[in-house]
Amino acid sequence: MAECHPVGFQWVMEAKNRGAKIIHVDPRFTRTSALAHEHVGLRAGSDIAFLGGLINYVLSNGKEFRDYVVAYTNAGAILREDFADTEDLDGLFSGFNPETGEYDVESWAYEGGSDETLEHPRCVFQVLKRHYARYTPEVVADICGVSPEQFLDVAEAITANSGRRRTTAWVYSVGWTHHTVGVQYIRAASILQLLLGNIGRPGGGILALRGHASIQGSTDIPTLFNILPGYIPMPHAHQHLDLDMFVGLDAGKTGFWGNMRSYVVSLLKAWWGEHATAENDFRFDHLPRLTGDHGTYQTVYNQLSGKCKGYFLAGENPAVGSANGKLQRLGMANLDWLVVRDMQLIESATFWQDGPEIATGELASEEIGTEVFFLPAASHVEKDGSFTNTQRLLQWHHKAVEPPGDARSELWFYYHLGRLIRDKLRDSTDPRDVPLRELTWSYPTHGPTDEPDAESVLAEINGSGPDGPLATFTALADDGSTSCGCWIYCGVYADGHNHAADRVPGAKQDWVASRWAWAWPSNRRILYNRASADPDGNPWSERKRYVWWDAEKGTWISPDVPDFEATKPPDYTPPAGARAQDALSGSDPFIMQADGKAWLFAPAGLTDGPLPTHYEPHESPVDNPLYTQQANPARQTFGGEHNRYNPVANEIYPYVFTTYRLTEHHTAGGMSRGLPYLSELQPEFFCEVSPQLAEETGLEHGGWATIISARTAIEARVLVTERIKPLRVRGRTIHQVGLPYHWGSNGLSTGDSANDLLSVVLDPNVHIQEAKAATCDIRPGRRPRGAALPELVREYQRRAGVEGSEA
Amino acid sequence: MSESGYADAQPRMGFFTDTSVCIGCKACEVACKEWNAVPAPDDPSGMDLLGLSYDNTGDLGANNWRHVAFIEQQVPASRVNKSDVDNLGMPTIGAPEQEDDTGVRWLMSSDVCKHCTHAACLDVCPTGALFRTEFDTVVVQPDICNGCGYCVPACPYGVIEKREDDGRAFKCTLCYDRIGDGLEPACAKACPTDSIQYGEVSELRQRAVERKQALHADGVTEARLYGDDPDDGVGGTGAFFLLLDEPEVYGLPPDPVVTTRDLPAMWRRAGAAALGVAAAVVASFAGARR
Amino acid sequence: MGIRQWVEGWPVYRQLTGADRLGLGAAAQSDRSKRLRARTEDADSVVQSVCPYCAVGCGQRVYVKDGAVSQIEGDPDSPISRGRLCPKGSASKQLVTSPNRVDRVLYRRPYGTEWESLPLDTAMDMIADRVIKTRRETWEDTDENGVRLNRTEGIASLGGATLDNEENYLMKKLYTSLGAVQIENQARI
Repeated sequence: MAECHPVGFQWVMEAKNRGAKIIHVDPRFTRTSALAHEHVGLRAGSDIAFLGGLINYVLSNGKEFRDYVVAYTNAGAILREDFADTEDLDGLFSGFNPETGEYDVESWAYEGGSDETLEHPRCVFQVLKRHYARYTPEVVADICGVSPEQFLDVAEAITANSGRRRTTAWVYSVGWTHHTVGVQYIRAASILQLLLGNIGRPGGGILALRGHASIQGSTDIPTLFNILPGYIPMPHAHQHLDLDMFVGLDAGKTGFWGNMRSYVVSLLKAWWGEHATAENDFRFDHLPRLTGDHGTYQTVYNQLSGKCKGYFLAGENPAVGSANGKLQRLGMANLDWLVVRDMQLIESATFWQDGPEIATGELASEEIGTEVFFLPAASHVEKDGSFTNTQRLLQWHHKAVEPPGDARSELWFYYHLGRLIRDKLRDSTDPRDVPLRELTWSYPTHGPTDEPDAESVLAEINGSGPDGPLATFTALADDGSTSCGCWIYCGVYADGHNHAADRVPGAKQDWVASRWAWAWPSNRRILYNRASADPDGNPWSERKRYVWWDAEKGTWISPDVPDFEATKPPDYTPPAGARAQDALSGSDPFIMQADGKAWLFAPAGLTDGPLPTHYEPHESPVDNPLYTQQANPARQTFGGEHNRYNPVANEIYPYVFTTYRLTEHHTAGGMSRGLPYLSELQPEFFCEVSPQLAEETGLEHGGWATIISARTAIEARVLVTERIKPLRVRGRTIHQVGLPYHWGSNGLSTGDSANDLLSVVLDPNVHIQEAKAATCDIRPGRRPRGAALPELVREYQRRAGVEGSEA
Repeated sequence: MSESGYADAQPRMGFFTDTSVCIGCKACEVACKEWNAVPAPDDPSGMDLLGLSYDNTGDLGANNWRHVAFIEQQVPASRVNKSDVDNLGMPTIGAPEQEDDTGVRWLMSSDVCKHCTHAACLDVCPTGALFRTEFDTVVVQPDICNGCGYCVPACPYGVIEKREDDGRAFKCTLCYDRIGDGLEPACAKACPTDSIQYGEVSELRQRAVERKQALHADGVTEARLYGDDPDDGVGGTGAFFLLLDEPEVYGLPPDPVVTTRDLPAMWRRAGAAALGVAAAVVASFAGARR
Repeated sequence: MGIRQWVEGWPVYRQLTGADRLGLGAAAQSDRSKRLRARTEDADSVVQSVCPYCAVGCGQRVYVKDGAVSQIEGDPDSPISRGRLCPKGSASKQLVTSPNRVDRVLYRRPYGTEWESLPLDTAMDMIADRVIKTRRETWEDTDENGVRLNRTEGIASLGGATLDNEENYLMKKLYTSLGAVQIENQARI
């Protein structure tokens, strides 16, 4: 956190100063570790074993916050008899189809009924206990390389610091998500936090620290294939799919997703305006349909096969930032056209001229047919707009100056591109052009460049009804009388006022600071904060008072906005036939869930299991001690000449490597490697190794190393450091190599790209790559140049027996 | 201060750098350069990976007015086991008994010009380019400096340096332009964890003592102050530090002494001669301008 | 500057005639030093902004002088950052004013070996044509079973995490109406 979010870390230092214990769990000893009380250096890719160990410690020692767990989680829910756990099936849950590599999730559903004593052998709590029983401190040590003493130290610290009077917070970043079991990492933390009663309460929670200014916003209003604004799923292709069926398929009947029809209809009204009517299903058929994974890695394979011909890059540098950069560059070299919008000439814009494959002779500029447009982008000070930060806060940034030369905002680019395309198709009679021609695409423009008015777009996102801008999402209707571009952002423009631009100084507010910017939904700063009070509506303790029921006034009180219906009393019981939020009781804080409960066990929504379980990374130096099933059985693998995998426990690729960031640079480097003041602070690519590994392989501090995987070989300067320690895992010494991934050939600070070493192998839920744990070899000296480089890679493949393999 | 001759003399201002909360982010280095428009290398040849942990700045100098040092230390495992964690006050690496029994701690510290009470650079400057401001800070005036370089060897800390392609000497000004307008120096303003604190030196010294005492009470007995002593070889510094190890570990001289202890008297003796020079200069200019 | 003025400004003269007997303080202060002000005080405008790097969302103040950014520093009003910035945030001005920044459209024709220049309007028109053409060539009305698809897999997009919500909104809206589904950003990566 100190490494990648230094200013956020000031609050950790504040907490430390007030007596909080800071524990840093990370394969790497970072600037965060340096200021923590304790650094737990575990093996990359072993966190579920560590978290599972903590869950087991809680459950086997009765350390759970019992009242919270019984009232607010699904601990009591009874599971079906045909549900089988990984403990029964040697690493598989019931329903796995080995032919498709997918699960049939039916047996994971609730049977019905709940046991508040949590004693029923098939209730979630008992299943959980059995599932994690083998995650003992010794097993944790065997898998993670963390001593039982240190593990117990952490376990005691977090349990002692949780309960009615205390809360513990977990903070994570992509170190937890970049795995073939990435979603299950987060689930494991959720289970632990729920058992300890640390969700929905001040000082608790699980905070994702995200790396880009509006990566949260670009998920809420998604430039993502699988969702529409506000986490409404994109429709999949089905026979006779219409709006009713779509809403029926995807919406819970109870909880706030029960209103999904209102959210969808309001979105369709925002996009197709007067053309969207009840008679034509509000133009639901204007939405394109999905047929599976259309994620960024699938896109690359579509580029390689020639299916995908045109590509826009807007502030992204996949040639450096994505796994297996070579695959990315080969994909881009096979396009008809590529549009790159950035502030600097990033590697993804110049791969045809000076990419690594040009140097090896695998590509030649004269043979690459891709037409490339580089369009300079405006910076954040040259445009109005809002970022959504990692705490769901929409913050408006005001334009300070005009962008230079041809530089323009994305707002300008996409508005005018849409305008031009619509102009060109104005007289089209082709039915496929109707969604474009009927699109609401009229925004006021101003200034010398005809910049669209960002606030008018925000107003459309907020939504409006017959009486103007809407104040909150509960005002949305399903009859076409309201429009709203993103239902969870509804209220950011309440009363026609831009609340993202609210800036009452922090020093002039209480500690919640509700009048600084605007948080979705409805300016609620802590999600599910009803859980900070007990079922009767009283704070769990005075010390952790946050939201409570005032019976006299008949309302919930909080320095925050309660994440609950303001006047629904704690003793509210849903009448028969109630739907949506009315079907949840006054003591169900998890209002987006159909049952109002937080899920220790996930009966639906996941593709690879209802409970997190330890699987080894796809590329691992060791076997899985828990099951014959080595890795996530549902993980997504890709084949091909340029994406071969290192075999498990293979002596040719004996070391673990992990990728990460440095304070001085930003992700793929487009915003840092061209800046002199940042470049000089970390002027080139380096790897970090332990003195023991250096001795074993002959690496010299300050010298060069060549690092090899089945994808490629890269070179890096060597930092030998005591901060990296060999670990004892499965009775062996495991060495880890640390690789910051910021570099490429362009800019002032240059070097090979660590991500070129990675393969494309994905988490099956969200299609994210396993970038944080893989295997490699490392040896002294610089890598070969020219054609000798791919030859070295092939030589390794031959020795490992993967040359010519397709998977 | 009375000796500096300001009608509107201000309280002495300075920095207290508390290295026990430094996260080594180098925001201070960048914020300083952005504010003071310190020249940046325009091609990669001017940038080197130094291999000094995460430090690629190396030293204070004409183009580095703040420098964050990174010190990786092996510490005995006995200092990092559970019961002693708090005593170390700094972090530890896990599972040490697995492979070897050593732990690690990583010290970081942002160094800067000390703005000495008795500043040798100032004493030796023949042109008056270096001067003591109304805030009792020591500043080089680029419009006066002729690049003679006398100040460079005079500094007991090796802070001030001549800029190669420019010839003049440069160093931290404690953001003289900013503090004159009541603003914090750029480094202190940026510092994410408030490791760099700016304020009246008298108040900062008190705060530093309290911080040291608090750390001692928490068992961090190695916490010590550096540069806070008015009786040291430079008369105490306007920029002083809380360190977690010996000053040498951070590259700081353990016992700095002003190199010009006797200079003020010498300058006074030279005064009469200077008056004569002044008269001569006036005469020559009067002739030239005719 | 007259001679008298010049002499009076000379440090040695001031030292000998003023209160600064050592000649190291007020007597040595140059005119430039006397006039020194924080350039932020002379800004024509100050704009509240947000750091463009990570998602902590630190407040920034952007100072503008003569139509150019003269300084970017932390906004002390922000309850998130309290005026502080990390090295990247502190380098924001360089991000905006860096000499390495490219501010002209560049064009590489198929099989070309060098960049060429292109007017922005021409580039926009060409891109619009290519979108329309590729969309037509790769359009899928239905799958092999006649189930509606209404889409193209011929056009893809990557990016959004560094952009504004309003920008992401127009992107998603336009792409969806074009039937392009492979719309992705860093959140996947």
